[in-house]
Amino acid sequence: MNAASLDIPLRIALVGNPNCGKTALFNLLTGSRQKVANYAGVTVERKEGRLVTPGGRHVQVLDLPGAYSLVATSPDEAITRDLCLGNFAGEALPDLMVCVVDATNLRLHLRFVLELKRLGRPMVVALNMVDVARRRGIVIDRAALESELGVPLIETVAVRRHGAADLLARLDAVAPSDAGAVVATEAGAASDESLHAEVRALMQAAVSMPRGTHAMDDRIDRVVLHPVLGLAILSALMFLMFQAVFAWAAPRMVGIEAGIGALGSLFSTWLPEGILRSLLVDGLVAGVGSVLVFLPQILILFLFILALEESGYLPRAAFLLDRLMVGAGMSGRSFIPLLSSFACAIPGIMAARTISDPRDRLVTILVAPLMTCSARLPVYALLIGAFIPQRTVWGVFNLQGVTLFALYVAGILSALGVAYAMKWLRRDRTREHALMMELPSYRVPHPRDLAIGLYERGMIFLKRVGGVILVMTVLLWALSSFPAPPEGFAGAPIHYSLAGRIGQFLQPLFAPIGFNWEISIALVPGMAAREVVVGALATVYALSATDADAALQLAPVIAAQWSMATAFSLLAWFVFAPQCLSTLATIKRETNSWRVTLGATAYLFALAYLASFITYRIALALA
Amino acid sequence: MIRRVPMLLSELPRRVAACVESVLDVRADDGIGRRLRELGFVAGEPVRVVSIGPFGGDPFVIEVGNTRFALRRSEAARIRVRATATAPP
Repeated sequence: MNAASLDIPLRIALVGNPNCGKTALFNLLTGSRQKVANYAGVTVERKEGRLVTPGGRHVQVLDLPGAYSLVATSPDEAITRDLCLGNFAGEALPDLMVCVVDATNLRLHLRFVLELKRLGRPMVVALNMVDVARRRGIVIDRAALESELGVPLIETVAVRRHGAADLLARLDAVAPSDAGAVVATEAGAASDESLHAEVRALMQAAVSMPRGTHAMDDRIDRVVLHPVLGLAILSALMFLMFQAVFAWAAPRMVGIEAGIGALGSLFSTWLPEGILRSLLVDGLVAGVGSVLVFLPQILILFLFILALEESGYLPRAAFLLDRLMVGAGMSGRSFIPLLSSFACAIPGIMAARTISDPRDRLVTILVAPLMTCSARLPVYALLIGAFIPQRTVWGVFNLQGVTLFALYVAGILSALGVAYAMKWLRRDRTREHALMMELPSYRVPHPRDLAIGLYERGMIFLKRVGGVILVMTVLLWALSSFPAPPEGFAGAPIHYSLAGRIGQFLQPLFAPIGFNWEISIALVPGMAAREVVVGALATVYALSATDADAALQLAPVIAAQWSMATAFSLLAWFVFAPQCLSTLATIKRETNSWRVTLGATAYLFALAYLASFITYRIALALA
Repeated sequence: MIRRVPMLLSELPRRVAACVESVLDVRADDGIGRRLRELGFVAGEPVRVVSIGPFGGDPFVIEVGNTRFALRRSEAARIRVRATATAPP
């Protein structure tokens, strides 16, 4: 091999069925040298990494989405098909396809190998998880399978260090002339019958395997899929997840807030009073803070979701709840993303990636913001504390608690209603919604795969979403600060600013739902995040309070100045209104569509207005 | 006693061993029928119902060969099977 051939990187693509351990192998091969983006024009994740072989060869590795067949039934499979056929604009054909198969599930996975082999492209087969296969008493005659298959067959163990050593050695041996060479093509597409007959012949010739699924899987499934026990286990797991979010994330969130606050006061002491200080403290630092404060919740939720996915439990949970979710126009896979949205809609919307059906995924993303996220709690707490008396109702319940519970229920019911309405509006009788979901073997998640998955999610949030939030927060700061009020202006400076003028301009629009001009103004900077409204109201009422006790000082003021109807109307507004740029930025990033993002914004504002209007009018009539 | 006549997979009792006879396409170019065949529901494969969903008897967990799939009723009803044993474990 000459020096020139070492300079040109070899481009390989990992192809294989879902659950074949392809991504674990990708993580082993490339480690932290990965780049995650989307394929041009679609929301399918594109994962590329680099590696250097022991022989010094540079290799670019593309981890293609898992597929059962080249006859695609999902956007993911269409990408894999187009890339393998060289039909994807902007993506070159790989020099070598590494077809990954799970040694414990050869009967299913070999079919796709045969289909890929018929493309006549250079390929090798990575026989993955050979260690697990051996433990389960599956005996594979590697040499026989290789000669019957007519494709180089390399054993790999993705979860072991050096588990891909043979594959790396093989990459060193691939002559540059091989790359791009087309081996003999077997003419014509084969029928499924003949592919399966071939698989059967291969299995007969080279594999001896105990009948049925793994005994351990069977034992676990007897409990986990049980109608009563299974649901009990699912509830316990979800309870644990929420406990973890609030027990582990909350102290860290308080820590981050304190850190941001300290940074803000540091700038305040260093810098003279003025625009620069205001920009740094109220704009940039506050903006960075509003991004960072979500991070602990997002990471903990994703740790749970990744562990559930990697262990093989997630499809089982989807199975248990599928019928319920189908009734509402979604699928069993929608459950975990929606549940996560009770902590924060951002990880919920990002977790919707685990939903394979594009329409079910879209509906889930669109209703996720209706789940009562933790950022609504400060607003609810302020309004309930100021307007709902501490009274015992029906003997045992606290009226304030009942109100909060009713707000949660309102969110859930409206999400079900919206999902159902979308199902009805977009009903399409020609296309049946398929489930056909594999329940893979249980396995213990590998820490490396969890760490890489978590790192990726964290970076997507910080880079893609954080950037937008930061820009918008600074913009909202500018709106709230400029122009500065003239000398001797009576009232809060925000009143004179652009935000104040927008609020006053919007006031006639909000009058029918009972919002006064103070609320209308506070809603403008409150677009950054729901809890910001509390601080903004304090600013509008010219209370010289820090965030911590803004609510305490604010409660008696609004209790004295607002009518009960206005308070209820504002509560109804916050059940629906998308007063959270982070969520909207996440929807844009995850759907890659301005139309969907603007549509979601519009429908949520419309619902908020409608709900507030009805609430306000009923409350006025009853008063 | 289990009938040894062909029946639909959606009618097969739980944990009764059976064999796939065929997958029926409900329309011309039935994507779901084709995918079921690709997943291994082809004549002669051993198949059984492992579990049935807790709400409304839907979906099903089906074991075919050595892989498990969750199938909705309409999907399982495309698969004709023949029971091969009478004694569930």
